Amino acid sequence: MIKINNISKSFADKVILNGISGEFDKGKTNLIIGSSGTGKSVLLKCIVGLLHPDTGTVFYDSRNFTEADKDLKAEIRREIGMLFQGGALFDSKNVEENVMFPLDILTKMPQAEKIDRVNFCLKRVGLEGVNKKMPSEISGGMKKRVGIARAIVNNPNYLFCDEPNSGLDPQTSIVIDELIMEITHEFDITTVVVTHDMNSVMGIGEKIMFLFKGDKLWEGSNLDIMNSGVKELDDFVFTNKIMKNLKKGIV
Amino acid sequence: MKGFGRYMIFLGSLFVRRETFKTYYNLTLEECIQIGIKSILLFMLVSTFMGAVTTLQTAANLVSPFVPKFVISQVVREMTVLELAPTIMAIIYAGKVGSSMSGGLGTMRITEQIDALEVMGINSASYLVLPKIVASLMMFPLLVIVAAVCSMVGGYLAGTLTEILTPTEYIYGIRYAFNEYFITFALIKSFVFAFLISSISSFQGYYTQGGALEVGISSTQAVTTSIIAVLLADYLLAYLLL
Repeated sequence: MIKINNISKSFADKVILNGISGEFDKGKTNLIIGSSGTGKSVLLKCIVGLLHPDTGTVFYDSRNFTEADKDLKAEIRREIGMLFQGGALFDSKNVEENVMFPLDILTKMPQAEKIDRVNFCLKRVGLEGVNKKMPSEISGGMKKRVGIARAIVNNPNYLFCDEPNSGLDPQTSIVIDELIMEITHEFDITTVVVTHDMNSVMGIGEKIMFLFKGDKLWEGSNLDIMNSGVKELDDFVFTNKIMKNLKKGIV
Repeated sequence: MKGFGRYMIFLGSLFVRRETFKTYYNLTLEECIQIGIKSILLFMLVSTFMGAVTTLQTAANLVSPFVPKFVISQVVREMTVLELAPTIMAIIYAGKVGSSMSGGLGTMRITEQIDALEVMGINSASYLVLPKIVASLMMFPLLVIVAAVCSMVGGYLAGTLTEILTPTEYIYGIRYAFNEYFITFALIKSFVFAFLISSISSFQGYYTQGGALEVGISSTQAVTTSIIAVLLADYLLAYLLL
């Protein structure tokens, strides 16, 4: 479980996050949703330590990450896997080397064992026979899958996904979402997904945190998002005419 | 001053939270190939023509019958060792290798590859930049030596093929009143220039923010800042060491 407590972050005079608190449960896909520019990615970066929050603390299973010394921080980071928006695959390495990279750096595993683990992870994300391909030779959806394989290769306890289906067609997006959810349940990990894709919200949002202009306005699941009673969330969910009519029907 | 402060902090960050020696060894070897082997042909070509042109221009300016012809190759030697090989090659190095370092790191920054390293608990600055600086310190002095030799060979070919001077006169001039310290001086310069170019270019690339346009701007800034730093260091080293 990950617990965040009163996270605030500003850039110059602009407040991006305003005292966000909440919990992300183990074995669930936890979503952070909101419109563009509401601070979702900044919150994610504060949680994984890419940004230091101005105030507040982040706890990884009761370990204080924000104020941890460098050894504890390194230990926690070894338990983190992250899928970036564009995949963030290393251009100079092929698929196999990309997935193997965390094992090369963070473990002393024998080479044969590493190759087995890489092949297992690539198979798990539905990618076989592409080990020697370069990132420039594979599609956007495949890059995301390789990114997921790299994120899970070191058996993480925490998986973070920043806009996992941005730039993908709806069908591939659903495949990636389902993959993230399956992996979360299969390995019993704490998964946090930042998204503004409503298909993802409805498909995999077991626990959802809604951000609006740097504030947390709502928390719940995909089952009760339709009847949240929060105007800003309704505006976000029921964006187009069809959805608005649907809402009228539901309510 | 703020930029200089950030640069110094950046240099300091290269030496904390380091990876294993084996990791750096492999990365440095890869960088040596990228920097050294892939640049050597350009360096040889430029320096050969540089020596050839220096010979022809020196000959054109030495019109007095009281000046012996071997002075031409002596001038070529001194100019090559003292200035052309280390400094002009440093400018070419900044244009070819420096811009490539900056562009590569800038692209890694905007495509979140650097963030990916940081999330894994890796000191990305140390992991990515230290091997580039070490490889530059190893390869650039070698490139300068190769360039110096090629320049003098170029001068020899231009001088003898155009019959400005005989092979014996050229070799005599090359060996005449040779001061070994100039070689040491050139190598000191090459180490300093290699450090400046690789660290400044990496610094510019590492802190790129934005998109493709900013990567281009970072590369341009890397080259211009490196060249200015090289020229300042060149003057300072000449003042202090000669």
